[in-house]
Amino acid sequence: MMPQKDKDEALAEMQSGNEPVVAMSGRDVSVFYGEKQALFNVDLDIYENEVTALIGPSGCGKSTFLRCLNRMNDTIDVCRVTGELLLKGEDIYNPRVDVVELRARVGMVFQKPNPFPKSIYENIAYGPRIHGLVRGKAEMDEVVETSLQKAGLFDEVKDRLQGPGTGLSGGQQQRLCIARAIAVSPEVILMDEPCSALDPIATAKIEELIDELRENYTIVIVTHSMQQAARVSQKTAFFHLGELVEKGETQKIFTAPVDERTSNYVTGRIG
Amino acid sequence: MEQGHIVRSFDEELGQAESLFLEMGGLVETQIADAAEALARRDAELADKVRSRDAEVDALETRIDELAVRVLALRQPMAEDLRAIVSTLKVSANLERIGDYAKNVAKRTTVLAKSPPIGSSADTIRRMSKLVQTMLSGVLDAYVARDLEAADDIRRRDEEVDQIHNALFRETLTYMMEDPRSITPCMHLLFIAKNVERIGDHITSIAEQVHYLVSGEMPVDERPKGDVTSYMAHGPEAEKSGT
Repeated sequence: MMPQKDKDEALAEMQSGNEPVVAMSGRDVSVFYGEKQALFNVDLDIYENEVTALIGPSGCGKSTFLRCLNRMNDTIDVCRVTGELLLKGEDIYNPRVDVVELRARVGMVFQKPNPFPKSIYENIAYGPRIHGLVRGKAEMDEVVETSLQKAGLFDEVKDRLQGPGTGLSGGQQQRLCIARAIAVSPEVILMDEPCSALDPIATAKIEELIDELRENYTIVIVTHSMQQAARVSQKTAFFHLGELVEKGETQKIFTAPVDERTSNYVTGRIG
Repeated sequence: MEQGHIVRSFDEELGQAESLFLEMGGLVETQIADAAEALARRDAELADKVRSRDAEVDALETRIDELAVRVLALRQPMAEDLRAIVSTLKVSANLERIGDYAKNVAKRTTVLAKSPPIGSSADTIRRMSKLVQTMLSGVLDAYVARDLEAADDIRRRDEEVDQIHNALFRETLTYMMEDPRSITPCMHLLFIAKNVERIGDHITSIAEQVHYLVSGEMPVDERPKGDVTSYMAHGPEAEKSGT
């Protein structure tokens, strides 16, 4: 093992010249569902071109935080968010923010693949069309193809683009949903347990895809699988009982966490 | 850790690894003590016993390795559990090497027992062995108690071992110059002393592993190095360079 001093120097060398850029950040974020407070004063930075994993036991607030990042919580009447959530320095909860546009910039992939009951082609084309991102069929064809390619799905579906999206396997449907999110050129992609409904091979494909997507996008993933968090993310944040307990380099969180609650969770002592 | 795992059989496996590990540590301590005793008493029979018991040490290492691999594969341990399993693997390799050195001391003792004793060198080696034995039992205690300070303390004590080794090196050189017939036993003594010195180095590695086990980081400062015998010379060249 390298001595800490050398490690720090090597790390500093690697980072010099390309300082990590903050893509999104939460400042003192609290969330209430009616009377009940679900999240307490969370401060968290999400860095550009990195995968940040949010982990913690059920009900810890990790999904609640994820949903703050593109205002999915707006759909819940009793939900109230305080504090600041910034995307490239702009407050996304500012009343002047167009939520539809925000959700194009911060896309989302859900736990269960949810393709539209339309053709594979239409699933991808829908977003760019309503956001007015493309002109003409040729351009749309290109967007559909590159999106499917980036999601690693094109070769599997190129002969049946007009077939129904729901006719694909679970893993393919999930990659279709990722392609759909990519089609509107988001800056950040949020993933809420994207592999929990998939078999190990489909899961491995999604994980490989996440690693590739990191080059062009910033990704925030909620996962119940600690091994998955350890495999795909560079940064990890551990939530417990609505509190952000510990955040940092993924490797550090899983080999030598500082807080005892983190340690108890990652070693399987509390669920 | 007072709190157990949700999956209790995981706790059992970790406990099993630790007790095997302690069994191996205890056995290696005995090997060092008996090897030194055999040398001091010129007891070829005890030396033979040390040699044959090395197989037990090796067998324990194999069992620990198998268990550690099993835990890694089935439990995917994290954080302190991961550090504990990785440390068990590394330290059992250290213990196995220490066992080999003790065996080698015993082997050379069998030869030495047939020639006349050389000064007080056997006593010096016994003193050195006693020291590494104390260090070993201390570092194993520190391991079990997850005691960072005790481990760091032992890591620093390796310098004492090196100093005794240096002194013995000089002493045997003078015997060899006085009487060429003593060269063969003196060479064996030197190798024995080198073996014990290497045991000290492995204990230092174990102490560093305990540091990692407890804190998640390897110690930052240079490990103490007191062995200067690599630079020692004798005769005209030495006088010229002033060594």
